[in-house]
Amino acid sequence: MKETLYSLDIGDFERLLTVIQSHFELYGPTVRDSAVVYEKVETTRDLPQGWVDDQAPGRYRLEKTDSPLFFGHVVGPQSWKKYLFPAREQLWSVKKESAQVKRSANPQKPMAFLGVRSCELAAIEVQDKVFSHGTQPDAFYHRRRNDLFIVAVNCTTSSRNCFCTSMNSGPKCNGNFDLALTEVLDGAIHRIVVEVKSKRAQDLIAPLHLKTPSPAEIAAAQHAVEENAKTMARSFSTEGLKESLQNSPDHPRWNKIAERCLDCANCTMVCPTCFCSSTVDTTDLTGDNAERWRQWDSCFNLEFSYIHGGEIRKSTASRYRQWLTHKLANWWDQFGTSGCVGCGRCISWCPVGIDLTEEATAIQEGQE
Amino acid sequence: MDKSPHEWMTPTFVPILQVRPESSDTFSIELESEHFPSPGQFNMLYVFGVGEVPISVSRAKASRYIHTIRSVGAVTQALRKLKTGDLVGVRGPFGRGWPIEKAKGRDLLILAGGIGLAPLRPILDEAARNIEQFKNVTLLYGARKPSDCLFKEDWENWERAGINILATVDATETNWNRSVGVVTKLIPKVKFDPANAISFVCGPEIMMLFCVEALNNQGMEEHNIYLSMERNMKCAVGYCGHCQFGVDFICKQGPVFPYPALKSRLKVREI
Repeated sequence: MKETLYSLDIGDFERLLTVIQSHFELYGPTVRDSAVVYEKVETTRDLPQGWVDDQAPGRYRLEKTDSPLFFGHVVGPQSWKKYLFPAREQLWSVKKESAQVKRSANPQKPMAFLGVRSCELAAIEVQDKVFSHGTQPDAFYHRRRNDLFIVAVNCTTSSRNCFCTSMNSGPKCNGNFDLALTEVLDGAIHRIVVEVKSKRAQDLIAPLHLKTPSPAEIAAAQHAVEENAKTMARSFSTEGLKESLQNSPDHPRWNKIAERCLDCANCTMVCPTCFCSSTVDTTDLTGDNAERWRQWDSCFNLEFSYIHGGEIRKSTASRYRQWLTHKLANWWDQFGTSGCVGCGRCISWCPVGIDLTEEATAIQEGQE
Repeated sequence: MDKSPHEWMTPTFVPILQVRPESSDTFSIELESEHFPSPGQFNMLYVFGVGEVPISVSRAKASRYIHTIRSVGAVTQALRKLKTGDLVGVRGPFGRGWPIEKAKGRDLLILAGGIGLAPLRPILDEAARNIEQFKNVTLLYGARKPSDCLFKEDWENWERAGINILATVDATETNWNRSVGVVTKLIPKVKFDPANAISFVCGPEIMMLFCVEALNNQGMEEHNIYLSMERNMKCAVGYCGHCQFGVDFICKQGPVFPYPALKSRLKVREI
């Protein structure tokens, strides 16, 4: 459909959140434990208004400012995969006596995500591909994904770890969303320009009778996103990177990274596209009832590659190599896309500040 | 049980029809099945409350099949304790097996090490049943010691059908009139037409690498050599990521691969 724009003041925005919640469970950014996380939100008061984040390799700090912006921060430690691909979910249960396996249904009200950044839209598209490529589509994922309503946000600011412009994933939202918001600040006047992309979003907001934005508002919104793109500090050249990584399994740099890497798996947990999981089989204390759970796993865990007789990837170097080569190279062969969307989470949340753009570049350039 | 899209993640419980010891640490269980796995495919076997393991099919017949299992971990040890009539959860069959059609009309060399004979037994059964469809069929088998050699009761049938068996052990015991040493040493003893031969190999990776080299030395072309790979398979449907071997998911693209598809990675350590 043709794109339609509206202009919201704070009251309109509040009403928008209300109308979304009449159809969906609404999840959005909120401040908890000194970080912006994604949780159930109800009103604009739940949003991290005025909070900005300072990110650098191994660094994430929140700071409260006087800014009226709701989305003046960028991405925190969590990504939307916590809802679409939960860290732990039951697949089935079985009673010993009947041996009848009962699949877990996990019934759920359809979800709406508020504040999905362009890199996160890209990450959701990546996981859509991942969870469609198996023997059969992953029904657990797609059941949640199919009904999802997405309220995206165009980023007008970046952290020092952001590199979406290098990965063609932002900062302007171009993917599959229902609504996209751009916050515009003109002196004390704070408005939100809304782009409507889907028919269902148009139907949803019709009762709100929203105003059309002025040409100045539209221009300001566009300018804010373009300026952000121009001033993004980090860049990453991916030309020829796939071949370089796939042809460099013996590069000395892997051992050098291993001197710093703690195998903590933080990068894989915060990554919005990492999809590895394990199955965990349990019984209750009586031994009569068993369950199977699926939970996130990481290629940085030693037992990840266990087969009888020992683990395949014993060294940290081999595990880091697996992660980076998979993410930036093998992903192309497997899913026709990079596994990296340039969100920078793995850089911020690495306790020792390993920077994947720096390491990949070093391998590409043959540095030791 | 409803057959929603999740049937592949959900086991079906079937009774064990028969348990049979094969060697000191290896045993077979026979299960009822509505599926007919093709040779080289595997199933996920679940022991109630303990866990699940990928196990190849070592013989398939109408409505039943056999799994041959070496008890090395928690789940395989739990499997070993099960008796006739006990229930096992089964998911499968999964993966791509041996390209047996490509072997017809050609010399077929089957190379197996230890428990690696299990996923190749359906091929030997098929060759024995339809020996006229193949040229020379040879089994080259290596085991640790004579008592570890699997499926000895089948050897006579296979030989009678016209399959040539050359076996070797690392260390001999009494009553062993075959070879001693590594399996690759048997390869030069086999006469085959390199222009019209194919080889199926299953065993430890290092053994398979040396087999490829030895087959190569005898003129076998690389694209005619097929290997069965092993990695940690958890979901078996291509989602959990555990069985990745470079760009491939062993559960989906494998476990059987033509050697050229693996060549660049097989010698990479810890990949």
